[in-house]
Amino acid sequence: MDYLKHDLTSLHQGLVNKDFSAEELVAQTYDVIAERDEKIDAFLALNKDQALAQAKELDQVGIAADQVLAGIPVGIKDNIVTRDLTTTAASKILENFNPIYNATVMDKLAAAKMITVGKLNMDEFAMGGSTETSAFKLTKNAWDQTKVPGGSSGGSAAAVASGQVIAALGSDTGGSIRQPAAYNGIVGMKPTYGRVSRYGLIAFASSLDQIGPLTRTVKDNALMLNAISGADQHDFTSSRRPVPDFTAGIDAGVKGMRIAVPKEYMGDGIAPEVKDAIKQAIKTYEELGAIVEEVSLPYSKYGVAVYYIIASSEASSNLQRFDGIRYGFRAQDVKNLEDVYVRSRSEGFGDEVKRRIMLGTFSLSAGTYDKFFKKAAQVRTLICRDFDRVFADYDLILAPTAPTVAYGIGEEIDDPVTMYMNDILTIPVNLAGLPGMSLPAGFANGLPIGMQLIAPQFAEQTIYQAGYAFEQATDFHKQVPTIGGQN
Amino acid sequence: MAISSQEVAHVASLAKLAFAPEELAKFTGQMDAIIKMVEQLQEVDTTGVPVTTHVTDARNIMREDVAVPGTDRDLMMRNVPQQQDGLIKVPAIIDESEEG
Repeated sequence: MDYLKHDLTSLHQGLVNKDFSAEELVAQTYDVIAERDEKIDAFLALNKDQALAQAKELDQVGIAADQVLAGIPVGIKDNIVTRDLTTTAASKILENFNPIYNATVMDKLAAAKMITVGKLNMDEFAMGGSTETSAFKLTKNAWDQTKVPGGSSGGSAAAVASGQVIAALGSDTGGSIRQPAAYNGIVGMKPTYGRVSRYGLIAFASSLDQIGPLTRTVKDNALMLNAISGADQHDFTSSRRPVPDFTAGIDAGVKGMRIAVPKEYMGDGIAPEVKDAIKQAIKTYEELGAIVEEVSLPYSKYGVAVYYIIASSEASSNLQRFDGIRYGFRAQDVKNLEDVYVRSRSEGFGDEVKRRIMLGTFSLSAGTYDKFFKKAAQVRTLICRDFDRVFADYDLILAPTAPTVAYGIGEEIDDPVTMYMNDILTIPVNLAGLPGMSLPAGFANGLPIGMQLIAPQFAEQTIYQAGYAFEQATDFHKQVPTIGGQN
Repeated sequence: MAISSQEVAHVASLAKLAFAPEELAKFTGQMDAIIKMVEQLQEVDTTGVPVTTHVTDARNIMREDVAVPGTDRDLMMRNVPQQQDGLIKVPAIIDESEEG
C-alpha cells in the first residue's frame, strides 16, 4: 500500500469494495514502516499485534459505507496517552510509562474504528521546534534526511509525508502541528482552543495546548477533525458548541471571501523564497475571486516573548507532577525524599525542558511575577484584540507558517533564542485560541513551504473551504518526496 | 547580566532541579539571553489592560454528583517505581546521613 497515492476516501472505498481487507492494509502498513522508517525514524513504539487483531476483528464484522475512517491505520504523537501502549512524551522521565487509560481522542478514534499503528516521536514534552530534544531518536525530514522535520510533532509530520501512515494526530502549543506540517509539505490543523478535548494529552501549557490532525490533503484533515472534536466531561475547557461536519461546503470556493495579510508576517525576518510563495498564493486567491488586503497586527511582534513566559509558567506548574514517586523514572541510590524529587527530575528531564521549567519558575517567583507573568498576560490581551479588530472586517488571515524552510539537523539546537524565533508566525494563534492550518504552498531548493490560514474561533470550516479551493487550484500537494534521495 | 548564577541556582532549588557547576554556567548564559529577549515586553504600555489567562468562554461547569466505580487498585499501581504490600515505597523523609 502506497499512501502517497491515496487519500482517506480512496482507502475507504477500497475497504468497502473489498479490494483489500483491513488486515491486509494494516500488515502492508507495517511493511512500509519497516522499510521507510529506517531512514525517517518517526516511530517510537509500534502496536503491531494489537493492530492486526483489531483489523481482523473488523474484517469479520465488515465496514459500512458510512464508517469513513474504519479500518484505516493512524499514527499518534507520543504525548497522547494510549491504554496499554507505551507513552513517553519522548522523555526519559516517562521511558516505560504504560497508561491505564485512553485520551478522549483515542476513544473517539476507536469509536470511528481507526487502527492505531504506533506512537510518533516529538520534542520532549512538546518543547522544541525540530524534534531534536527527543530523549530517544532524531527524526528526519521526509524531503531531505539531513534536515529537521520541524517540531514538536515532527514524527507525526514526517510519518505522514513519507507515506508511512495516511493520517496522524499531533499537538500544537505554539505551532507544533503547523510548523512541522509546513516543513514536510503536508496539511496540519491546530483547531480552536476547546474544539478537541485535551483529556489524556500530557499537559505542557494548558491554556494553549490543542490536539489536531496531520494529513496530506485538506479534505482528509476535515474528516479527521470530524472524528476527534466535541465536548468532553473530562475536560471542562472543551467547548459545548455543536460540531459541524467540517467537510460540508468544503468545495464552496472563495469568491467574495475577505482575506487579510498582516504586513508584520511578511517582514524582514521572512526568507525571500517564502515571501514569494505567499505572494503567489495571494495571486491564486485573487484569481479565485477572493478579496485580499494588507492589514496590521501591531502587537504580534511581542508574541514570542509573551509565549515563552506564559507557556513556560504553565509548564513549570504542570511538570511538578513528575516527582519520581507514583510513576516514571526514579533516580537510584537516593538517601531521602528531597533527593528523590531533585535527582529524579534532574536526571529524567532534558535540557530544553529544564530551561522552560526554570524560566517559568522565575517568571512566577515573588518579585518577578508582576514584571514578567502579569505583563505577558496583559500583552496577550493586546494580541487577542489585534485579531478581533482584523476579524471584524475579514473572514480569514493568510500568512507564511514559518519564516524559512526546514534547516539542517544540529544547526540551531544550541541557540534557544534563535530557535524560539522560528515560532513567531504561529504563536499568536495559540495565544488567542484561534484555529490555524498550514498547507503546502510551494518549494525552495526541494524543500516545502507552508502557508497558514487563520480564522476566528470555531470557524475551522472557513479554513477548510479556503484551503480546499487553493489545493484544487495548485499541485503542490501532489508532489511527493523520494525517501532516501533528493526530489 | 539580567540574571546571576546565584539567582539561577535559587530558581533551580524552587523547581526541584540541581545543576553541576559547568551546567549552571551554561544555563545562566542561556537564561540570561532568554530573559533579555522577553524583557522587550517592558516597552509596551499596558496601563489599564486586563490580563488574559485563558481563552475559553466557558464559565463554571457543573455535573451531577453521582458515585461511579473507581479505578482498580492494582491497575492504578501499574507504573509505581517501587511498591510494597500495595503501598508506594519511598525513602525516609528524614535524611539518613544526619543520623547518629
